[in-house]
Amino acid sequence: MPKAKFNILESTCVPLPFENVDTDQIIPARFLSATSREGFGENLFRDWRYDKEGNKNESFVLNDNKFEGEILVAGKNFGCGSSREHAVWAVTDFGFRAVVSSFFADIFRNNSLNNGLLPVIVPEDFLQKVLETVKNDPSAKLKIDLPNQEITLTSTGDSVKFDINSYKKECLLKGLDDIDYLLGLKEMITAYEFRNTLRQ
Amino acid sequence: MTPRTLFDKIWDSHVVRSIEGGPDVLYIDQHFIHEVTSPQAFEGLRARGIPVFRPAKTVATADHNIPTMDQDLPIRDLLSRNQIETLTRNCNEFGIEYFGLNHPKNGIVHVVGPELGYTLPGMTIVCGDSHTSTHGAFGTIAFGIGTSEVEMVLATQTILQPKPKSMKITVNGSLRKGVTAKDIILHIISKISSGGATGYFVEYCGNAITSMTMEGRMTICNMSIEMGARGGLIAPDMTTFGYLNRIPAVESRPDFKSLLLRWRSLKSDPEAHFDREMEFDACEIRPMITYGTNPGMGMAIDGTIPGAESITEGKASFLKSLEYMGFRPGQKLLGHPIDYIFVGSCTNGRIEDLRAFAAMVKGRKKSPNVTALIVPGSKRVEQQAIREGIDKVLAEAGFELRQPGCSSCLAMNEDKIPAGKYAVSTSNRNFEGRQGPGARTLLASPLTAAAAAIFGKITDPAELIKN
Repeated sequence: MPKAKFNILESTCVPLPFENVDTDQIIPARFLSATSREGFGENLFRDWRYDKEGNKNESFVLNDNKFEGEILVAGKNFGCGSSREHAVWAVTDFGFRAVVSSFFADIFRNNSLNNGLLPVIVPEDFLQKVLETVKNDPSAKLKIDLPNQEITLTSTGDSVKFDINSYKKECLLKGLDDIDYLLGLKEMITAYEFRNTLRQ
Repeated sequence: MTPRTLFDKIWDSHVVRSIEGGPDVLYIDQHFIHEVTSPQAFEGLRARGIPVFRPAKTVATADHNIPTMDQDLPIRDLLSRNQIETLTRNCNEFGIEYFGLNHPKNGIVHVVGPELGYTLPGMTIVCGDSHTSTHGAFGTIAFGIGTSEVEMVLATQTILQPKPKSMKITVNGSLRKGVTAKDIILHIISKISSGGATGYFVEYCGNAITSMTMEGRMTICNMSIEMGARGGLIAPDMTTFGYLNRIPAVESRPDFKSLLLRWRSLKSDPEAHFDREMEFDACEIRPMITYGTNPGMGMAIDGTIPGAESITEGKASFLKSLEYMGFRPGQKLLGHPIDYIFVGSCTNGRIEDLRAFAAMVKGRKKSPNVTALIVPGSKRVEQQAIREGIDKVLAEAGFELRQPGCSSCLAMNEDKIPAGKYAVSTSNRNFEGRQGPGARTLLASPLTAAAAAIFGKITDPAELIKN
């Protein structure tokens, strides 16, 4: 089944300058009881956005009208903890298409790539520069160029290259689906099973 | 031939195809599913109009959101009930073996898999749950995956996965009084940090590891993910084979002897290269407790929370974490009052954990200020505990044995710690709100939880252990 494509994204961003943001913060467990993929954005960072009584925490960045955009910029080790893909669904459902950090937890990164959310890994000093620039100027934009694997802070011209494996890059650029790819390997998988039975 | 690690040997023998510049197509021997991370994967199969490719290689259990009292009654929370009913329906429709609520084999997926003999050395095992790393205790490559990947496995019995780097963690030496497997892994994580092993798959070695029971090894491997590792494994040995030999479903297999022969060869070659190696001295490890909001923020139970001046990186996150916990930099936690204890989870919900806890509280009384949640990891653990009279020992000391489930580890059910309350928990995560909105979690071993429950404050368990 075809997926959403990703090519070049230029957008303002939302800064979240904390480290080790775990998936329990991104989407708390009590909101995992749904059986579809939709609607999780409403509860993205629920316990940081609202207090115990359900009042908006006005100082939290997602409640601050100054900051908006399709790119989330977060401190290192973003997405650690639980494997819940609901965390990625919450981020995308809220309207983000890319997350920039100096370091991602493995499972979150895989889950992101499987949902067309681009995890962009940048050096720590570049990340700090982006966070600082955006804090002072919420209209500052980032340009993420997937074909050239390059991310640019457009107001300053600072730019770095980022890594992504060529298979996943191709999938994102063309909107290809992993499961379609694997279904195409059925004969090879069956042959593997047969060889394996013999080996045992 | 180039010497290889055990991880390399298992991984390489499961590669169906390598993609140039991309991930490997990895064959999965055993797949576990539960109610929370599987419904969207089944929806995906329906949308594609395809069946489960190898239904016999997937096993399902209900564990994450189920109540741990009155399990014979309908689940009160409608969303949770719907999620369980959805799993039941999906398993029936797609022909998957299912251990639902009240089934004699029900329990936490990572407790059930090993105790029923689904987890066998040399396998690749995945589940939509990050603590799948638990199964590595048997010498398997086991790791948590997302729901899109659950769908891949259901559809093709394979998964696209980049091969992680390898790390060897050696722990030698004998354990001090009151120190358990949980303390060893909390110590390791406190040194490596909660993200320090990201991108790696760990092999645990050394005599402190090989002298452990399977239960202890599972506790160690379980928390590999808490330092960011993809997973962790331990080479199978006589302890592993002895454990498997006691499982009727394994021991009665016609190919058991030939399996044993093959399992004996599962070890890293002596000269195998690891991308990173670390060593720890078990004698230096004390009973551990965490003070912050990630599992890397741990210290010896009589230790002092680091001073703000000693934190060079991530100071804002450090201070935010302490503020949430209601602690100060430089504070000691010994003697700090606590409100709750939680004993259970895929980390410490096995029979050995309940035995250790019961031995500590036997003949003593729970502090009246403490509310205790004692939750067995599975129906089998619950039954075993009752057979051994553990429920009675607990009752005499003022504790109650609940019914199995993930319970307060992630508080999807009613077992929540109230906001602002301190809970000494044998689970695996002390994240903000993990055990309920505003709950303050201190991770520790079952022995430390027992000592805290008796005295109503953080106590070194070694003090309660008679010589």
